[in-house]
Amino acid sequence: MLSVRNIAKTFGKNVVLRDISLEVAEGEFLTILGESGSGKTTLLRIIAGFESATSGELRMGGERLDRLPPYKRRVNTVFQHYALFPHLTVEENVAYGLRVARPPENDIDSRVEQALARVKMTAHAKAKPSRISGGQQQRVALARALVKQPKMLLLDEPLSALDANLRRQMQGELKSLQREVGISFVFVTHDQEEAMVMSDRIALLRMGELEQVAAPREIYNRPATAYTAQFIGHTNLLHGEVRSGILRCNSLSWKTNMSDGSALLSVRPENIRLHRATLKSSSDDAVVFRGKVKQKAFHGATELVQIESADGLTLSVRTASQVELQDELEWEFQTCDAVPVRESPERL
Amino acid sequence: MFSRAYRSFVTVPPLTWVVVFLVVPYFLMFCYSFWSVSQSQIIVHIWNLDNYRELLRVPVYWQTLLRSMWIAARVTLFSLMLGYPLAYFLSFYAGARKDLYYQLVIIPLWVSYLVRAYAWKTILGSEGVLNTLLQYLHLTKHPLEFLLYSPFAVVLTLTHIYTPFTFLPIYAALEHIPRNLVEASQDLGASPQQTFWRVIFPLSIPGVLTGATFAFVLSLGDFLAPALLGGPSGIMISNIVVSLFGAAYNWPLGAAISLCMLVLVVSLLFVSERLEKKWSFS
Amino acid sequence: MEFLVSTTMRKDSRPTWLFAHVVAVFFFLYLPIVVLIVYSFNGSGVGGFPPRDLTLAWYRTLFADSAIWESVANSLVVAAAAVAIALGLGIPAALALDRAHFPGKAVFRRLVLLPLILPGIITGLSLLMLFARAQINLSLLTIVIGHGTALISVATTEVFAGLQKLDRAQEEASLDLGANYWQTFWRVTLPNLKLPIIGAALLIFTLSMDEIAVSFFLIGRDNTLPLEIWGRLRRGITPEINAISTIIFSFSLVVIVLWYRLRARAEGSPEIAAELIETPVQGD
Repeated sequence: MLSVRNIAKTFGKNVVLRDISLEVAEGEFLTILGESGSGKTTLLRIIAGFESATSGELRMGGERLDRLPPYKRRVNTVFQHYALFPHLTVEENVAYGLRVARPPENDIDSRVEQALARVKMTAHAKAKPSRISGGQQQRVALARALVKQPKMLLLDEPLSALDANLRRQMQGELKSLQREVGISFVFVTHDQEEAMVMSDRIALLRMGELEQVAAPREIYNRPATAYTAQFIGHTNLLHGEVRSGILRCNSLSWKTNMSDGSALLSVRPENIRLHRATLKSSSDDAVVFRGKVKQKAFHGATELVQIESADGLTLSVRTASQVELQDELEWEFQTCDAVPVRESPERL
Repeated sequence: MFSRAYRSFVTVPPLTWVVVFLVVPYFLMFCYSFWSVSQSQIIVHIWNLDNYRELLRVPVYWQTLLRSMWIAARVTLFSLMLGYPLAYFLSFYAGARKDLYYQLVIIPLWVSYLVRAYAWKTILGSEGVLNTLLQYLHLTKHPLEFLLYSPFAVVLTLTHIYTPFTFLPIYAALEHIPRNLVEASQDLGASPQQTFWRVIFPLSIPGVLTGATFAFVLSLGDFLAPALLGGPSGIMISNIVVSLFGAAYNWPLGAAISLCMLVLVVSLLFVSERLEKKWSFS
Repeated sequence: MEFLVSTTMRKDSRPTWLFAHVVAVFFFLYLPIVVLIVYSFNGSGVGGFPPRDLTLAWYRTLFADSAIWESVANSLVVAAAAVAIALGLGIPAALALDRAHFPGKAVFRRLVLLPLILPGIITGLSLLMLFARAQINLSLLTIVIGHGTALISVATTEVFAGLQKLDRAQEEASLDLGANYWQTFWRVTLPNLKLPIIGAALLIFTLSMDEIAVSFFLIGRDNTLPLEIWGRLRRGITPEINAISTIIFSFSLVVIVLWYRLRARAEGSPEIAAELIETPVQGD
């Protein structure tokens, strides 16, 4: 659907995007995820047409998109603060895109009605934006963008201004809306949980470069880099040495296929469990060790526990079991859950 | 958040001054307008409506008032026509040089009004810069008479004075428009012209109203430019008032005209404020 | 970041006619000023094109002209007094409007701001009638009162705008730490109003130096500079006026540039701090 090829962007001396290449498939919900300053909003604005890339190109359906001004692109945007026109009613806002089209579209009224019904804002059709709530404004912004039947919808952190509960609700609604409408949604956010909940695929952006692009499950279970592992969910990063098929990390060791040299491994807290004394102890598949409980944090269904091993290794463990501070217990994790990751290069 | 002492400290002095030097004088003006002046130039304190009858009866007064309003209207129109595109350019196209351009617009305001009017006089006179230039370039043979001592000169000079004054509130209003609205409009398919007329202009109307009111009211009450440049055909209502307080010594009549002007101006301000409220959406 | 600035309309995409218009307007605005300055050096006086003989003769005449310099001195005194009055009353007025609630606040606001929009003639005449009834002779003092009255609104507007920008949390922190209202005012509020107050002072000073409409009716024996100039204009045009205007203009220009430098330097830190607080909300 959309082809992003080698897009780079520099503002003065500031390199904001370096060589970004990405394909957005038709009908997919893709999230561009990143911290402040990662370049995610800039990338979105380049796709929308409000910035021009310093180099690279955009193609949609084979045609060059980046040569067109924003008002000629079949792409519409839902802005972070909604950008509803304060001097027009909800209805007029939604109709705007249809009215300015040349030639003006047909059936404006019925299409507006449909769009409002779809986002459940029919009752507020004649209100001005200043009179409706943030969540409602957001729906209107959605309706306004979708009524034009764009090929792709861009959403710039649309939920960041909402409070937690409303946010969760809207996440669900947006997801089902996308399924219903069937077009590609490119969603920008800094909230990794949000990205995982909503996306078909996540494109993780760090300091202007793509760190990893994959489905949520893949990114979570098989992070490619240390940054990815730490940004998405919690993780423990273990530094180790591989020699002749044995990986050593402090006092822990296990067999591995990795080649010799230093290694970096990511082990998710929920993959570390209390060791149950069974028939096997310290087999090739599991690593067992002792750790003292130093801190606990109650998270409802689970607790996030900091344990410290005798040789000073500190790990985070997510467990549903009840443990007490200062408990000295035996813990284990499967070797397959220790995922090797690359170190993310330092970028200036 | 305030103690009584603090509150009286901040309200009493300004309030007192305002009452003594604004309210009382206006009230006096009101009183004077109902008195009259005797043959020996003494103010006679008998309350009557003679002055107002005079104003209605004698054509020169309301004719001059109408002419003044017509001049003020033209000044307002031209100032807006000059000032709006200027403000639009600065706000949307000037980029990094915005501040510099802004200062350039403001600087002429730091040259005294009187001096600028005087400068126009030297430009527009029959021996003035413009006429001699035109003759030098052989574009004209004789000096153009209408340039000076005419309503044209007054309108020109006042437009020059008040263009920065219409510029300022329009610029402020345009700056206030969130840029994401412009982007949203473009995103939805509107061309720059459509975006201007459907989004930018409507949201700038309060600024336009403020600027227009300012230009109109101050032009209406102006007596300097007409005195210097207007000639007999360019006399405005304030010139009449000035002479009534000067050589023509008739304070009560002058007060009556001033009071009418005050009422007119205050009504205009009131209407303008109402309209501004109607057109502001924030 | 660049989110705040529209990059949709860039330099390369600006319409030519708009730029041409802007150039034309600037030409219109600066023409009289340029003519004024150029002809102050012109030997053959104010008319005529092209300007010939470059000379400083008019400036020499000007410096010998004691009447003008007396009027300049008068104007300076009046302006200083006007600044004192306008600020002395305008700052409390701004505070009252920003924070206090009292009956008649709306009327108060309108009254204070009225002279700003009213033609000077009305303010001048009404005060004249007051002085006449009170049998106060016209003099520099009456002019000072006139300027003060007319210019309180300028002080109020500027300081009010400054108050609106003020972060209440600072004052609340001060109170929280044990300072009372007066201390908070002197140690926290006032220092933050330094810029608007200085700006207002400069503006009032300039407006007072130029003021003629109100002064016209309240003048006694002593002239202010604009009235002195006005008097001479009635008698005929002399390029001395160009000379004094050029001097004052240059002076004002220096003052504005210094003022902008001062402001840019002072606003450097707080403005950047404010932007830093805002940008994380926007993302990148």
